[in-house]
Amino acid sequence: MGRRRFLDVILGGGITALLVGIVYPVFRFIIPPEQPEADASRVVAAKTSELPPNSSKIFKFGKDPAILVHTKSGDYRAFAAICTHLDCTVQYRDDLEHIWCACHNGHYDLNGNNISGPPPSPLAQYEVTVRGEDIIVSKA
Amino acid sequence: MTDPKRPSTVMSWLDERLGLSSVKELAMHKRVPMHKHSIWYYLGGMTLFCFIVQVITGIFLLLYYRPSAEAAFESVQFIMTDVKFGWLMRSIHSWSANLMVFFAFVHMFSVFFMRAYRKPRELTWVSGAVLLMLSLGFGFSGYLLPWNQLAYFATKVGTDILGEIPLIGHWLLTVARGGEDVTGATLTRFFGVHVAVLPMITTVFLLVHLVLVQKHGMSKPIGKEYENTPQMPFFPNFAVRDLVGWTLALGILVTLSSLFPWELGVKADPLAPAPAGIRPEWFFVFMFQTLKYIPGQVLFINGELLGIAGFTLGGVALILVPFLDRRAQREERNAVVSAIGWTVLLYMVVFTILGYM
Amino acid sequence: MNIPYHRSVLLIVVPLVVLCLPAISDAESSCISCHTDLPVDELSQPAQNFTADLHNLAGFGCQDCHGGDPTVGMDDYELAHSASKGFIGVPDEQEIPGLCASCHADVEFMKQYDPKLQVDQLLEYRSSHHGKLLAEGDDKVATCVSCHGVHGIRPIDDTRSSVYKTNIARTCAGCHSDEDYMAEYDIPTKQFAQYKESIHGRKLMDEGDLAAPTCNNCHGSHGATPPGLTSVSNACGSCHANNLEYFNQSPHNDAFAMMEIGKCETCHGHHDVEQPTREEFGIGEDSKCLDCHSEGDAGYTAAKVMAEGYDSLETTLDQARELLERAERGGVDVSLGKFDLHSADDALIKARTAVHYFDTTKYNEVVQAGLIDAQKVIEQGHEAVDDLEMRRIGLAFTIPVILLVALALYLRVRQIERTKPYA
Repeated sequence: MGRRRFLDVILGGGITALLVGIVYPVFRFIIPPEQPEADASRVVAAKTSELPPNSSKIFKFGKDPAILVHTKSGDYRAFAAICTHLDCTVQYRDDLEHIWCACHNGHYDLNGNNISGPPPSPLAQYEVTVRGEDIIVSKA
Repeated sequence: MTDPKRPSTVMSWLDERLGLSSVKELAMHKRVPMHKHSIWYYLGGMTLFCFIVQVITGIFLLLYYRPSAEAAFESVQFIMTDVKFGWLMRSIHSWSANLMVFFAFVHMFSVFFMRAYRKPRELTWVSGAVLLMLSLGFGFSGYLLPWNQLAYFATKVGTDILGEIPLIGHWLLTVARGGEDVTGATLTRFFGVHVAVLPMITTVFLLVHLVLVQKHGMSKPIGKEYENTPQMPFFPNFAVRDLVGWTLALGILVTLSSLFPWELGVKADPLAPAPAGIRPEWFFVFMFQTLKYIPGQVLFINGELLGIAGFTLGGVALILVPFLDRRAQREERNAVVSAIGWTVLLYMVVFTILGYM
Repeated sequence: MNIPYHRSVLLIVVPLVVLCLPAISDAESSCISCHTDLPVDELSQPAQNFTADLHNLAGFGCQDCHGGDPTVGMDDYELAHSASKGFIGVPDEQEIPGLCASCHADVEFMKQYDPKLQVDQLLEYRSSHHGKLLAEGDDKVATCVSCHGVHGIRPIDDTRSSVYKTNIARTCAGCHSDEDYMAEYDIPTKQFAQYKESIHGRKLMDEGDLAAPTCNNCHGSHGATPPGLTSVSNACGSCHANNLEYFNQSPHNDAFAMMEIGKCETCHGHHDVEQPTREEFGIGEDSKCLDCHSEGDAGYTAAKVMAEGYDSLETTLDQARELLERAERGGVDVSLGKFDLHSADDALIKARTAVHYFDTTKYNEVVQAGLIDAQKVIEQGHEAVDDLEMRRIGLAFTIPVILLVALALYLRVRQIERTKPYA
């Protein structure tokens, strides 16, 4: 009878452990993650307060960097921040008032057109909408 | 288990209302013959285990999955990377799906070679054959849902075949795809089929299948040597053994999913050129490969059409096996039937291997 | 200006003809109708080709260049081709630039067609090596028609034009790669063969990348000339701006000037310029640095330091990438790490340009910044891979439990069977 009792304990313990091993992941799975699912086609790039005219911000859009420019004239424009030449991250030059790539001195105007230096093609442009404090960038 | 001498009042109360004793009778009376081929009796249970895992993990995946061309890939990615144990849930779903189809095929062949479809089990076979086709449907529709490049093109090629059918082909194609091409509309359709239509039909056939199996018990192979085999009670002896198998299967699933998590690939881009080496899921590869070998024209008939007609006939023949094998109905073994079975198995194995070379 | 008499006449006559006869050119030209069917190719083809010529489409006729009178009809050959009608026949090689310029150098006239058109081509041409040789009486050199064609001239933005960007090199090569034709000039003929295989040639002619330069981007077009040492570097610098700027600040700038060697082409070549490789700098076998420097001097040490810096940055970045990929294959989210890796990757590209400082201090600033970024990514990668390890640990705990339960279940059913055999 001792052996049988021992086996029952092992069996009961094992099954309990197994059930815990199944229920715990399931329990964790059904709790939604803290950051909600990233929408790949739309992102709040910045708050209006953090971006005065003639300044810019690099933000993460999907997997890649993008650049949001608040122009001197007051428009918001957003582009892919990846230089079309060799994929460096571009930046906004407030002295030149246009977008510039430090790697090989490529220049883009505020429509994303490559205007000088090695870049062979324009930067992809995104749509910008301002809703309250939020500057929302979306893929057209 | 309750003491038979002192039946619990709850049980008897329920029994009076639900007729539990007849259910118990159904479970208890079944016997499993013990002989050198008994191992094959486990395979139906294995398939069932995978199916149960599919239902459970599938429902959990539905918490986060979003069926649209814009969001499907991203939501699966979200499940894989952000949701706790999401990678495990999805990997188990994918691995279990493949194991289910595999076990279903092995189950079918073992039943075939043991002639277990003999009277009175003809309808058990028919329901089983339908279940096998339903699980292929699950595989085909589920493959597209992550909306990745490989699945997209495999679905494109797979549904293209529908368009070859004369007269109604184009209509079928547009119905299957929800339009001329594989688009977000196709994804929505496949999703509906995968999580609503197929589960509903499968539930009905599965219930019929299981009740029939319980009712008729396990079939003995044909032959004198099997007449006096020992009979193991299904409950609890065989059922616990089944459970041992299921526990081990769970271990295999968890191991495969942890060490070889199912990859997501890259998001489908309808404008991108088809990637090299697109292939359907492995259980369709033998058909895919056959269609490749059939010449464009065979005696004035479109070759592909001939292939499709062949597979359709094959499917019908599969369902009708119990009615075609007249000798088995008289409890006689037929070498021709075995030869056909081995040929089909060999053909499927060889063509699957060819497809991967 | 010192223009020969016959050319000065043309300069007056041709515009007169052009200005006086615009109405006629609209009418059916007897030149075209007669010449099209002439049995001699030399006489019929110009007429046939001219229909597609942009000048024809703009309303000009044969007489606007050749003189003569297209209105007299097909009967009077003599009158139509008479000198009194200003007929000049086939213009002499020497006359061609002036003939074209009689319109193309006329600011007022050209404005009517396209206000932004250049009108200084003749001036440029005269300054070119071609123009100078022509003035010396050499009729073999290129004139307007050698490049632009004649009787079938297309706008330069027409992809079929002989001077469309992707076609220019082949057009120049028509003469410059012809060894027999170029025999009397003391210049090489393999430029096109080299250019075609160069990074610029492949980009432009194979990949259609219009940003890549062709002959005229360095040599000029109408003013084509063998460029001087400075102008070559400036031509390179117009695209490779940072490289030139850094070079100008570098110790090489004065040294190269003193040795009278080119800033760019000394290391990179010109017609045969190739995509630079890592092996071209440093102290390896293929290093260009070692063409001048040798072990022991400051340049050698600098080359060694820069090459090592580059390699360590590249290795670190690869390490970071490998870690992230490993984690991603396992289903761990590494998008933030990849985002950071992207900016770290910039450092490697910047380092390639920063080589042209030829100054280890400035160079190392770039490399160090990259190394710091890459280290951060590596930390993220380790965290992600640790996540992956956690799964295996979890698995290692789960499997024994599963096996234990399976075993216990089996033993249990055997126990039942021992106490209550079924057969």
